Amino acid sequence: MQDRIEKRLELKAPVSRVWQALTDYRQFGEWFQVKIEGPFEAGQVSRGHITYPGYEHLRWEAVIQKIEPEKLFSFTWHPFAIDPRVDYSKETPTLVEFRLEKTASGTLLLLTESGFDKIPPHRREEAYRKNEGGWTQQIESIERYVTEKP
Amino acid sequence: MRAAGLSRLRALRDMSPRSPSRERVRLQLQAEVFAALGDQTRLLLVAKLAAGQPQSIAQLTAGSRLTRQAITKHLRVLERAGMVRCARSGRERRFAFNPRPMEELREYLERVSGQWDAALGRLQAFVEG
Repeated sequence: MQDRIEKRLELKAPVSRVWQALTDYRQFGEWFQVKIEGPFEAGQVSRGHITYPGYEHLRWEAVIQKIEPEKLFSFTWHPFAIDPRVDYSKETPTLVEFRLEKTASGTLLLLTESGFDKIPPHRREEAYRKNEGGWTQQIESIERYVTEKP
Repeated sequence: MRAAGLSRLRALRDMSPRSPSRERVRLQLQAEVFAALGDQTRLLLVAKLAAGQPQSIAQLTAGSRLTRQAITKHLRVLERAGMVRCARSGRERRFAFNPRPMEELREYLERVSGQWDAALGRLQAFVEG
């Protein structure tokens, strides 16, 4: 079982164009379908609301982590479909990273969302502590095992 | 032994997909399932139980260098995450694998993944258009 989401996308546009689309808050809002209150700034909370039809009641809130020009843009948030009646503040957010690489035909975009396996500190118990490393692989092998022998 | 995981799972099944309580339960289970799987002994227990019939603590302890108490402790963690359920047969307790929490988690990650596909599709149209 995966504890992260990974996407690779080849874009026929220069890195500078993709970088703008990701980090200019108005351009980001265009394709992400969110209206954001102001420019992204590392270490700052970004607020706004979703503009996707039917989901306008949902807020957008993320903490901008890294803005490394034309290389890396990252933020932490509570992934999609945020229910306005649920208090997510106590939950550990996931980390979203957009990495850009120049290619012959344009830009390679690598998206990673990680941290689905994190336990909020208020719930952590000794019995829950993770073993050192390598467990994602372990889960994958167990999942194969489980699906092969239902 | 507590069966909190199981009752929460039942609650999850009975709730409508968009109810806030469902979302709360989902968040709670998600962390617990990953945590439950983040230990080699528990992974082995899950593998053993997933492969076949419900087993007693004695059966699960056989061939392991761990004590009965240690195995019991690990089973409790799995049970709390809803991944294992305990049933009595006579004087003996037997433990069975419940795939639902792992399925829930996979479904959730697939939903988030699908939302990213849609968003990245819009990004592509935006920068290439």
